[in-house]
Amino acid sequence: MAISISRWVQMGLLVLAVVLPLAIQNNFYLDVLTIIFFTAYLGQSWNILGGYAGQFSFGGVMFFGTGAYASTILWTTYGIPPIYGVFVAILAGAIVGLIVGYASFRYGLRGSYFALITLAFAEMLRIIANSLEFTGGGVGIFLNFEPSIMNLQFINARGFYYLSLGMVVISIIIAMWLERSRFGAQLIAIRENEDAAEALGINVLRSKILAIMIMGGMGGAAGTFYAQKYLYLDPPIAYSIALSVEMLLVTIVGGMGTVFGPLVGSFVLHIVTEVAKHLIESPGLSLIVYGFILILIIAYLPNGLIGLFKGLSGKRGK
Amino acid sequence: MALLLDVKSISKSFGGLKAVSDASLSVDEGKIVSLIGPNGAGKTTLFAIISGFLGADSGRVFLNNENITGMKPHRICDKGMVRTFQITQPFASLSTLENIMVGAYKNTSLKAKAKQKATEVAELVGMTHLLNTEANSLTVAGRKRLELARALATDPKLLLLDEVMAGLNPSEIDEIVNIIKIIRDSGVTIFLIEHVMKAVVNLSDYSYVLNDGVLIAHGTPKQIANDPLVIEAYLGQGAAKAMTKNTPTKAKASKTSKKGGKS
Repeated sequence: MAISISRWVQMGLLVLAVVLPLAIQNNFYLDVLTIIFFTAYLGQSWNILGGYAGQFSFGGVMFFGTGAYASTILWTTYGIPPIYGVFVAILAGAIVGLIVGYASFRYGLRGSYFALITLAFAEMLRIIANSLEFTGGGVGIFLNFEPSIMNLQFINARGFYYLSLGMVVISIIIAMWLERSRFGAQLIAIRENEDAAEALGINVLRSKILAIMIMGGMGGAAGTFYAQKYLYLDPPIAYSIALSVEMLLVTIVGGMGTVFGPLVGSFVLHIVTEVAKHLIESPGLSLIVYGFILILIIAYLPNGLIGLFKGLSGKRGK
Repeated sequence: MALLLDVKSISKSFGGLKAVSDASLSVDEGKIVSLIGPNGAGKTTLFAIISGFLGADSGRVFLNNENITGMKPHRICDKGMVRTFQITQPFASLSTLENIMVGAYKNTSLKAKAKQKATEVAELVGMTHLLNTEANSLTVAGRKRLELARALATDPKLLLLDEVMAGLNPSEIDEIVNIIKIIRDSGVTIFLIEHVMKAVVNLSDYSYVLNDGVLIAHGTPKQIANDPLVIEAYLGQGAAKAMTKNTPTKAKASKTSKKGGKS
């Protein structure tokens, strides 16, 4: 099979992303790119359950926070290096996904009810983390900076950049696998019509739970990454509503249920924010620009920016 | 002929309303069996119970001598019985091909195989030219066929069709009647709910009549069409008496019941 033009473009961009740090020495730009990739990765985790399976969660941060605490506590209290801890974080995220998924899907919660219940779970975990001893409570946990591969810490911004790039590539591979696998087709069928999916032999409950577990595992790994990069964790950071919102925003802006939607959305939203910050002197006004662009995109591009590209090239969405 | 589906004394109430009471029926392998009755008789409720979408208050359902009462629909689909919906339920933003592939994925995890199966099924139901059309933009007739195709792609032993002809014009009905016959000839047993009496008479080997949740008659379509209880169910009390007085011919009886069925 011949490789399509879009595949060449994707590979070209990937090569560019790999060699970019050699050209950019400025840590600020690499940091911005790292955050873009990090958010795109979280957006993709949201996209699997929200975009493909059609179950909108409003508490995606619960997996992130739980993963962050899991690997951090293992490291600071038990001395287990994060390179192993990240797998515990993935497992912890997936288990939270299993519990929340079973609790809500078992009883047929859908739409805004499911969104609200995930928000409630995230808030509950924040309060629990706040009142427990081993999470450091409200004081939080300070992590040591001991750069090494074992600790998933790096001396310069370049290391974290490559780690985040690796994460976003893995998330895109997961989405690509979904688009061509039976499991992905079944998730999309559930999104489009749950009763019809069930009638055609799809175990709707199991598929939804699997989807939220994948999201949970991905979120857990993101938690480890964040803690190792920013070296501090407390309940408002670990279970921040703002992050829950951000992962769904980048996906909605970029295009739900598409492979590259979260990445495109993350790029556009972060660059808009940065540019607005530079152009507008008075603090806070940049947020208004951000909000305005958001309104425009949601009002006029219901399929996100990816939908716009597809509309221009005359291709129908997958 | 082996007994494929055996429904025993199913009852179901919604609050004070008895939707189905003590309904028993059976479907033999290789046959086309129909369930008819006026609007609100409880046909779709009975279908929903048989296919696992609704729980029954009492009674049991056997498929191939296996008790499937209370099983989830996807498990029942695994056992070889699959239903279509009266109000079509397409995967709206997917193409016809992708819709049918969801059914085909039931028996394979390979995309290429699912695609091949879906293409074959599409050809059988005459949708080859619509493969890349979005389900959203299909006509009513197209959507009815899509329901049929998707269900068929799961390779069922028994196909439950809920009014696949409602809303179609006479030539479309003829086409779908032919398709159903072809499906039956390929070895799939069919149990269908239908309002279009002409199609029922043409198609079914055996019919059950449901009225107010009670099975009031069963037999070959011709026996059914002349059953006074059935005529009264469709046309109101005293209708059968009036008809036997004025026009006792068979032809007239089936014609009027067709009108009644459409109301």
